[in-house]
Amino acid sequence: MTSKLQLYSFFMSSCSFRVRIALNLKGLDYEYKAINLFKNEQSHPEYLKMNPIGYVPALVDGDIVLADSFAIILYLEEKHPQHPLLPRDLAKKAINYQVANIVASSIQPLLALPVMNYIGENVGEDAKIQWVYKHAAKGFAAALEILLKDHAGKYATGDEIYLADLFLAPQIISLKERFNFDMSDYPLLSRLCEAYKQVPAIQKALPENQPDFPSTEGKI
Amino acid sequence: MEEENQAMKLYSHPMSSCSRRVRLALYLKGLKYECINITGVGDPELLKVNPMGYVPALVDGTTVVSDSYAILLYLEEKYPQHALLPQDIIKKSINYQAASIVSSSIQPLQNTTLVHYIGELVSPDEKLPWAQNHIRKGFVALEKLLANHAGKYATGDEIYLADLYLTFQLDNAINRFKLDMTEFPLLLKLYKVYCQTPSIQQIFAESSQQQIDKSLFNFTKPQEA
Repeated sequence: MTSKLQLYSFFMSSCSFRVRIALNLKGLDYEYKAINLFKNEQSHPEYLKMNPIGYVPALVDGDIVLADSFAIILYLEEKHPQHPLLPRDLAKKAINYQVANIVASSIQPLLALPVMNYIGENVGEDAKIQWVYKHAAKGFAAALEILLKDHAGKYATGDEIYLADLFLAPQIISLKERFNFDMSDYPLLSRLCEAYKQVPAIQKALPENQPDFPSTEGKI
Repeated sequence: MEEENQAMKLYSHPMSSCSRRVRLALYLKGLKYECINITGVGDPELLKVNPMGYVPALVDGTTVVSDSYAILLYLEEKYPQHALLPQDIIKKSINYQAASIVSSSIQPLQNTTLVHYIGELVSPDEKLPWAQNHIRKGFVALEKLLANHAGKYATGDEIYLADLYLTFQLDNAINRFKLDMTEFPLLLKLYKVYCQTPSIQQIFAESSQQQIDKSLFNFTKPQEA
């Protein structure tokens, strides 16, 4: 008897968002376990006992505990091949890996909470926006708009949603929501963003549709 | 077929851990390639091939792949000899996790350009603590991740993807950033094994043969070489 998957997630975390989309696309039921990153719940002993590396998101599949969104998604891809997240064609597959890693290495880590807090404390609150623009812009303009120019269809690398979209959608949405990022210099990414908003699996995965999204108007 | 005989090209930076991972993979898989060293930003030859201007970038026939993680997974699928991923799904995912910890949580935050930028934005004295802090956080995670999986190498007795990432990150941590490794006995043990491994020694040797301005990579006291 297979037990239900569990996903440790934070509503606002773009890394968690990626995995939520993957689970939804593959039609996989899961139990949502909220970890509040603002309250540092990822460092609580109970969480660390289950997941020693303390990262969020984490997936629990029976005895197996996996962290890191890229690793989790590739695991799901191998174990649950329905609605493949990678195209068969190797060159197109490689584009998907590139997009995922441009987001996961060149953009998201530089915008993560600890880094933003450091900039706020050591440079100033105003510097945070400049920092975000510098790094996001570099990743978007320098890389993604160029890379996807010859590959995009309805979605990033064709007419199906693949790995690249799982990384792009949360990043674009997070930049717009958290930092009011102006996407007008990035026409292709803007177009993709509009397309993503229409996808049920992505809608269901949005921060505001998660059980731990604050229900009052107050921010956490 | 002519395509198979046409040598691959790798646009690479000799000191970059991202480039060195790929060079190690190519070496392990016995793949011939022309290594084109790029040390400046905006190199026109690189931009012609890869408009994004990133290194490493691999040219394999008509296919151009940039980003080391993407290149490694591409190579793994196209050239399966000397597998870089174990068959077992759990061990495989440990490799992905280790690679991601380095490529997302550590490397981008300790890369030279960013560290120098922190020096300008905050203070030159902040460069080293910044880099050490982020490396340390990632190493804490790696030490725990690999605790129940390491053999001679990170995830068993063969060199896999995780080792390609760890080798050069450890090299940076220990030699470039002088990180105190006392709390990372497993990682330190792995580093010592890597330094004794001929294929890895080969890549280290190739890097040190390049003529480049090494002062850019000196984050400790100014007078140290």
